[in-house]
Amino acid sequence: MNRRVVLLVEDNPDDELLTIRALKKSKMLNEIIVVRDGAEALAYLFGESGNTPNLLPELILLDLRLPKVDGLEVLRRLRQHPRTKLLPVVVLTTSDEERDVLQSYDLGANSYVRKPVDFAQFMRAIQQLELYWLVLNVAPPVA
Amino acid sequence: MHATPALILLIEDNPDDELLMRRALSQNHVEAELVVAHDGEEAIAYLYSQEMQQGPRPALILLDLKLPKVSGLEVLRRIRAHETTAHLPVVILTTSSEERDILESYRLGGNSYIKKPVDFAEFSCVVRNLGLYWLELNEPLP
Repeated sequence: MNRRVVLLVEDNPDDELLTIRALKKSKMLNEIIVVRDGAEALAYLFGESGNTPNLLPELILLDLRLPKVDGLEVLRRLRQHPRTKLLPVVVLTTSDEERDVLQSYDLGANSYVRKPVDFAQFMRAIQQLELYWLVLNVAPPVA
Repeated sequence: MHATPALILLIEDNPDDELLMRRALSQNHVEAELVVAHDGEEAIAYLYSQEMQQGPRPALILLDLKLPKVSGLEVLRRIRAHETTAHLPVVILTTSSEERDILESYRLGGNSYIKKPVDFAEFSCVVRNLGLYWLELNEPLP
């Protein structure tokens, strides 16, 4: 009954692999859904027309540089929609541009995490993220 | 790495909880300067004081909900409405697990909602992770 889903929005296959590996290392039984561009992310969250919408994730890990629809636009649309506006979103990106940080917070991201380049640090960061958002944090009740 | 320790603003009216927070921070070697506001009014006075406008902003605000004078949710509303504080990370740290409180906290723009564990060992673990997450992992506002 308590299916806990993490939605990973990531177009880089290496980062996808590492993130999934780090998430799976923990004993928490989370389902990881991967979408590889912004349009796919929106389709997952809002459903294709006529379809029943998918189960909402407990956490969204959102890259910014994405094909089709970029991450900030995905975030903007998420925050506008009553169904998704309170979902915890962590921007997870290699970008350290001030504009991206500022805009992410402006658009209502819960947190902004820069992807560490170092492999071990990357794994640790993802595990820290998972512990924080899936164990410690109380997610908003889904409407 | 940090020239000056990060500033944590704790908004908490219960002196026991304040003490436990200090103990947990030192026990986990969280490098931070703790400033405590004991009610909502004090928190607002502190956040919009002259020195705050010039000095370093808090890296993290830990906000209790049940506060004298001005409630935690009202403090959060004002933090988000004010330009200089709109993007500061605010974590609700409370004993309440009422759905209404959780929902309102997110609606008003709280970054995260954490239920305060009663057991000290668990509380200490929460504080360690709060420090690791918001002072090290999370990228603050430029």
